[in-house]
Amino acid sequence: MNDLLRGEMVHLTADNPDVMAVQLFRWNQDTEWFRFLDTDPPRLFSEKKVKEFQEKELEKESSNELFFHIHTLEDDSLIGFVGLFDLFKHHGDSLVAIALGERDYWGKGYGTDAMKIMLRYAFYELNLRKVGLIVFEYNSRAIRSYEKIGFIPEGRIRGAILREGRRWDWLFMGLLREEWMGNQASRIGV
Amino acid sequence: MSIDTQLFKGKMILLAPIDHEKDPQVESHWTHDLTLMRALSRQPAIPLSIAQMKKRYEAIEKEVDESKRLFYFTIRGKDDNRLLGFVRIEGIEWTHGTCSLKLAIGDPVERRKGYGSEALELIMHFAFSELNLYRLSAVVGEDNPAGLRFFIRHGFVEEVRRRKSILRDGQAWDLIHLGLLRDEWLAMNGETRHE
Repeated sequence: MNDLLRGEMVHLTADNPDVMAVQLFRWNQDTEWFRFLDTDPPRLFSEKKVKEFQEKELEKESSNELFFHIHTLEDDSLIGFVGLFDLFKHHGDSLVAIALGERDYWGKGYGTDAMKIMLRYAFYELNLRKVGLIVFEYNSRAIRSYEKIGFIPEGRIRGAILREGRRWDWLFMGLLREEWMGNQASRIGV
Repeated sequence: MSIDTQLFKGKMILLAPIDHEKDPQVESHWTHDLTLMRALSRQPAIPLSIAQMKKRYEAIEKEVDESKRLFYFTIRGKDDNRLLGFVRIEGIEWTHGTCSLKLAIGDPVERRKGYGSEALELIMHFAFSELNLYRLSAVVGEDNPAGLRFFIRHGFVEEVRRRKSILRDGQAWDLIHLGLLRDEWLAMNGETRHE
């Protein structure tokens, strides 16, 4: 348990703004990725501007957000990010978000591994009681992986997204600390 | 409803601007009722001084002006213009026609008189017929049953129940997201679409 930020396929890090900026600049041009992540319309910012945004993050002393970068164990490539937002420590409650910008790593277990590290950090380091998430109805790959990890559907915000001429729901899912601990126990056969 | 409808006039109440002179004192007093503060947000409930309220009003008007994602109205008595509460439409996403709603009647003595209902009716009309939004959201804790009943009585439906997302008084409570779609509101009001 001393390597809290290391999983089986990836490890989580904090990198300097310019390191993430190079990647985000490329990823932001992938609209399929962006539409999984955000309800804002995608914008095409210059590499310079993306770097400025990342540097501004340094000045934010945010107590309700905590993000890490995802690197592969095999060659240390920076492939995405994962983190907590809407973090209310006094309620022991947060939302989690994850995004793999590198398409080559989709559907191979890297995201699941990163999510597992993040959950272990949330429940065993921050001692949260509950971690929830929002996923868009059209992101079926993500929904399946969250179900596999043990997230339980908690409802849907009807029609909150209008894209490609139709309405899509936001899905809320949630995982309680005791559910997560139960899943851990059953996996190691306790 | 027609184009000469006064959007901010109810029978008993008005939606009106902030009065920077008089309102801070009244609302500072309300904020010392932490039950109200808890009902409005999951941030730690804290009372605000008159000076803090003044600053907050400045910040609100700045945000209304600059962000274009917030509408903020005070709720006032029609007869004497006294401050009763406020209503805000916040986090508007114009691309999708979504937003969330907060409404408060500050003084417990003024509750259960229909002021909140009238303010909600005005703001629903404003949101759907002027801002042309697609849906309204409201987030209410399980520890605020009066708030839940209020929105449900006006046609909101429970959409999401975030289990145990609130910890108060040594107990875990669900956080409930309610929603009302424009078509549902139109059907309730017997209005037809003209688009």
